[in-house]
Amino acid sequence: MEKISVKVCTGTTCFVMGGANLQELHDIIPKKYGDKVELTASNCLGLCSINWEYSKAPYVKVNEEVVSEATAEKVIEEIDRQLAKQ
Amino acid sequence: MNNLGQAIHIKKEILVRIIKAFLSDDFEHQARLIPYDMRPKGMEVPYRCCVYKERAIIKDRTIAGLGFPIEEDDERVSLSDYAKQALERTQISEKNLTVLQAACKGCATNRIYVTDLCQGCVARPCQTTCKFGAISIVNGRSVIDDTKCKKCQMCVNACPYKAIVKISVPCEDSCPVGAIKKDETGFASIDYDKCINCGRCTAACPFGAVHERSQIIDILKAIKSDKKVIAMIAPSIIGQFPGNIYQLKTAIINSGFDDVYEVAQGADVTANTEAKEFIERMEEGQNFMTTSCCAGYNQLIKKHLSEIKPFVSDTKTPLYYTAEIVKKEHSNAVTVFVSPCVAKRAEGYENPNVDYVMSYEELGALFVAKKIQITELEESKYIVESSKQGRNFGYSGGVAESVKKSLKDEDSVKPCIINGLNKDSIKQLKKYAASGVCEGCNLVEVMCCEGGCIGGNATLNNQKTAKKLIDNFTQNSEDIKKVE
Ligand code: SF4
Ligand code: SF4
Ligand code: FES
Repeated sequence: MEKISVKVCTGTTCFVMGGANLQELHDIIPKKYGDKVELTASNCLGLCSINWEYSKAPYVKVNEEVVSEATAEKVIEEIDRQLAKQ
Repeated sequence: MNNLGQAIHIKKEILVRIIKAFLSDDFEHQARLIPYDMRPKGMEVPYRCCVYKERAIIKDRTIAGLGFPIEEDDERVSLSDYAKQALERTQISEKNLTVLQAACKGCATNRIYVTDLCQGCVARPCQTTCKFGAISIVNGRSVIDDTKCKKCQMCVNACPYKAIVKISVPCEDSCPVGAIKKDETGFASIDYDKCINCGRCTAACPFGAVHERSQIIDILKAIKSDKKVIAMIAPSIIGQFPGNIYQLKTAIINSGFDDVYEVAQGADVTANTEAKEFIERMEEGQNFMTTSCCAGYNQLIKKHLSEIKPFVSDTKTPLYYTAEIVKKEHSNAVTVFVSPCVAKRAEGYENPNVDYVMSYEELGALFVAKKIQITELEESKYIVESSKQGRNFGYSGGVAESVKKSLKDEDSVKPCIINGLNKDSIKQLKKYAASGVCEGCNLVEVMCCEGGCIGGNATLNNQKTAKKLIDNFTQNSEDIKKVE
């Protein structure tokens, strides 16, 4: 089974628009998924300057899926969805 | 820190758009378009009944972002007119909050309410327990006469079925001094004679109805002029942005400021001065002294707690000393304090050395508008490196610790911490003032916000992480120098 990669954007835009709150994922994810999920903090994912720009930040990438206006709940939902697919 | 999710996200997005509009070649026109850009035709309406209502609310929020009171809005005045007036004004207002009353509509008034759970029981404990005769029985059910009800909640506790509930108004409940009230018409308004600018109501309202009146346009105007503009960053800013505070300095300079000072520099002066004062007061036989650096607490003293004045340290705040240093070194500069809270807006307004105040949220919005990625920047050093204790001023306990560490005899300080002003802690302070003693303690540190400034209403990070980041950073800073 492939590990699911979760990239939390810690670029300035995402951080300011609410990404600071996503730091709780560092506590939740290892506890909930063990080593099935790999969590990394990433520099600007480049998403804040396209399309709806900052208004949909913060962004998190779960594998290739983009979670916009991300909250811890939304990210966990997306992880569960992808785990179910495997 | 504010966890209102959507409302706070919208407020920040509006700030970014206001800044972008200012930086464009047609500020007035772009400002007028903000509600249309955020809720374009055909867009699914996320929160309210229709796109027009949403735009009207966004317009109101933008008025606050431009620095004007929403309450006085005349619908015929467009955002381009407001933008123009913002460009023309030369003075900022003392009143630093404004309420989006249209949002109050969805929120019930504070009252005691009998739910359908009422069984119409024979014993009627609610009726017998009410001292004001406000409860009668109609069609076998309890009914409360709102004109007689004093909201004592005796009936709420008396009903064995828990059929009676108190409907609370979040802003009213959050206010420690009863300054915000929802009136008969259902609109909340703030009594500025009572308000201590603690910012609790801005965080408590689920509709995000209470706004700070931003000075961002005034600041951007100063930056655009040929004047030197200097940012003074509060100690609690460590951990509020990605990167470290040296990269932050570069980021602030890249966004248009000429220089950046750490207010922790002034915090060192406050700590040392307060330590000296502490010794003097103890020698004079006073039982305790309270700190004086929190703007919310200082407003409380001024408006509600003058009896504690004799026990409050005469030492000035870190911002006071920092602004004094900056104005001495750059006499013509415009000074901007970068703040965790709305209370410091009041302090800034009263201090002639502080020209403007900008919140962490607003600084963040400026970075977003200018597409500044802090972690990619070089570090810039501060001319004066602040001490570990000065940099720790931003969390509860940090100020008392700095006074302690300033003294040779550290054990002479027996601190007690008021971690957040609320009805109970205010009562406690009143007690200390009346009796002149604070049992087992001689230095009372008072922080209006729970957790200290890292809990301020305009912070960006959650407290736990913020505290960790501050500690990580300051463990490498030098200890504060001792006083003689
Ligand atoms: S800022 Fe604080 S004191 Fe003022 S109305 Fe709001 S809750 Fe009350
Ligand atoms: S504790 Fe700090 S952030 Fe809160 S009101 Fe006082 S000065 Fe402002
Ligand atoms: S800062 Fe997150 S995508 Fe750019």
